[in-house]
Amino acid sequence: MGRPVSYNVNVKPLEKDISIAGMPDGHQGEGFFATKMSDVVGLARKNSIWPLPFATSCCGIEFMATMGSHYDLARFGSERVGFSPRQCDLLMVMGTIAKKMGPVVKQVYLQMAEPRWVIAVGACACSGGIFDTYSVLQGIDQVVPVDVYVPGCPPRPEAIIDGVMRIQDLIGKESLRRRNGDRYKQLLESYGIQ
Amino acid sequence: MKFELMTEHEHIRLPEGSIEKTTTTINLGPTHPATHGVFQNILELDGEKIVSAEQTVGYIHRAFEKLAERRPLYQVTPLTDRLNYCSSPINNMGWHITCEKLLGIKTPKRVDYLRVIIMELARISDHLICNSIVGVDTGAYTGFLYVMQYRELIYEVYEEICGSRLTTNIGRIGGFERNFNDIAFQKLDKFLAEYPAVLKEFINLFERNRIFMERTQGTGPISAERALNYSFTGPNLRAAGVDYDVRVHTPYSSYEDFQFNVPIGTTGDNFDRWQVRNEEMWESLSIIEQAYRKVKEFKGADAEVFHADVPEYYLPEKEDVYTKMEALIWHFKIIMGEIDIPAGEVYSCVEGANGEVGYYLISDGGRTPYRLHFRRPCFIYYQAYEEMTKGSMMSDAIITLSSLNLIAGELDA
Amino acid sequence: MVEKFGEQVSAFSEPYGMLTFEAPKELNLKVLNFLYDDDELKFRFLTDLQAVHYPDNKGRELAVVYHLHNLVDNVRIRFKVFSDINTPDVYTATGLFSGANWMERETYDFFGVNFVGHPNMKRILNVDEMDYFPMRKEFPLEDQTRIDKDDEMFGRG
Repeated sequence: MGRPVSYNVNVKPLEKDISIAGMPDGHQGEGFFATKMSDVVGLARKNSIWPLPFATSCCGIEFMATMGSHYDLARFGSERVGFSPRQCDLLMVMGTIAKKMGPVVKQVYLQMAEPRWVIAVGACACSGGIFDTYSVLQGIDQVVPVDVYVPGCPPRPEAIIDGVMRIQDLIGKESLRRRNGDRYKQLLESYGIQ
Repeated sequence: MKFELMTEHEHIRLPEGSIEKTTTTINLGPTHPATHGVFQNILELDGEKIVSAEQTVGYIHRAFEKLAERRPLYQVTPLTDRLNYCSSPINNMGWHITCEKLLGIKTPKRVDYLRVIIMELARISDHLICNSIVGVDTGAYTGFLYVMQYRELIYEVYEEICGSRLTTNIGRIGGFERNFNDIAFQKLDKFLAEYPAVLKEFINLFERNRIFMERTQGTGPISAERALNYSFTGPNLRAAGVDYDVRVHTPYSSYEDFQFNVPIGTTGDNFDRWQVRNEEMWESLSIIEQAYRKVKEFKGADAEVFHADVPEYYLPEKEDVYTKMEALIWHFKIIMGEIDIPAGEVYSCVEGANGEVGYYLISDGGRTPYRLHFRRPCFIYYQAYEEMTKGSMMSDAIITLSSLNLIAGELDA
Repeated sequence: MVEKFGEQVSAFSEPYGMLTFEAPKELNLKVLNFLYDDDELKFRFLTDLQAVHYPDNKGRELAVVYHLHNLVDNVRIRFKVFSDINTPDVYTATGLFSGANWMERETYDFFGVNFVGHPNMKRILNVDEMDYFPMRKEFPLEDQTRIDKDDEMFGRG
């Protein structure tokens, strides 16, 4: 019984050689381009995210597949994965976080500089997954605030890329004053972070 | 001006006993560059040499054994996936073989050969990750990218059979959930045609590469007696010189019908482990080709056999469940766990990519196992890390860590 | 072997092809040594070491199970030692097999079996501050303090 899914036998030609990120809305004139500051900053930030892969278990292997050449995450600007929290923007928590590991995640989050985003990849990071046990943290949002949740066990690389694209949307539309505002401070305090 | 070569002894002239020599304690912590997994090593360094190493594991303890006491036999299969998640079909097959031993089911030959194909593909997949990560840790990222492309092909074969890529939950007690269709065989053909050239290219990048050889030869050695005392199994033991392979010692799933060599090393250092894994990949390729030929020999009605004829334990196919009464009843009973499982205890093991994966199952006749214990090879050989790295440099310790192929899921379970 | 230990070694059985026997816990090291040193029964490879909790057998609740393997002749054997739950002391096998080190720590972590003479008896897989032994049958699987999952819906209310 044949199924429509099969591997790529016809190679499609590319429409353009290089695709460039789109321009934000603005008013253009001769020699100048006026737009909102947050748009420009968002555009720059979202296409050059430096992720920190906090790969704990099986989702980590799917992340390695995502970084491979078949599903390339580097196309989205995340070429340089760093392992130092001081230099990274996006904390990608992939895999089960046990209660022993919870304080470590929190420490890594605290060491990151603003602006920082967190993406919880996989069912275990979102909510504990299939491991409803005494030793597994039921979701990392018990210790750090999370921006995007990617479900799946493990999520397909396309799903991880979709999660990163949602983060890009969030980054592109973020107001410049968000990190200093009251709501954000309240959010951090609810996690015990000053 | 004469520059004299400062030897160790005439380094700095200080009066005796004026500076205390202390060691630096450094934390090779749970968050690790190079996605190995989460385990911690607290190293004490004297300059750059390692004096002692203390390991802390348990950062991903998910209580599999307690979970298994709650789940009927089929529901334990997804747990076994997540033990060694780089080669999850081997764990699944091992669990199904354990259940078959307990229940007294004998699988037909075609099922055994199909299982062998899947298990050897999984072994290739795991060794590819390990060897390419050893390359990444020495600084050579290219090999990793070359081989990940071919792991995608292996994933496509799994997807055709069971639907998922990584944590496969493949197979049933007694066989497989569906017959391998033509697309699966086409993908297998494509893999067998293209992969050997890639493996050769990958090995050429490293094998005679002076930098790689200098970094991996002589580092992290372990002798055969110590390895046996530490209960090593798998490629790590074979690199030390002992030819213990569960596929040869206690053949399961008709491995005795295949002709293959078991590569062993001499000194048990990192280069030997790397070489043993490469040779095992070549042997796995030859086993897959043999199995593939044997499967193609089954003609007619035999070619449709993909499970043993045990309706009490084998989940029936969905079309039958929706149309036939008996299949519906068996499906309900099996899912709810109301099947007869004899009381008893059984220990069965398979050759996982890291060694002997053992399942010790004690059943008291109830729905769920009374006690299920996983004999996880990574957990057992990680103890020897201190002995392997004592006196070596920090950078050698990193390569030893990655060449041991520690999978965190298997370490903690 | 029966000649050496006489009546103390008992309960020989062979479930699924693997010879199983048990011995009193004071003798476990002697039996292991005998199995190791004897030239006919060269059981020099410790495959596995674990424990089982039987809450119903009073006086013999905790069983420590050793799986040994003779690599040369390809024979496996299982050896059990029973112990009371109030005094769970068993002699350690680390002198004989270095691989037993972490296996015994794991058994201690989960069941509370105290291995006498072990160099580093600490919890290995669970958090160090944990004060109970999770694998014993009386303790539940789930963390009882979690608020986001409703036990009623899972059938465990």
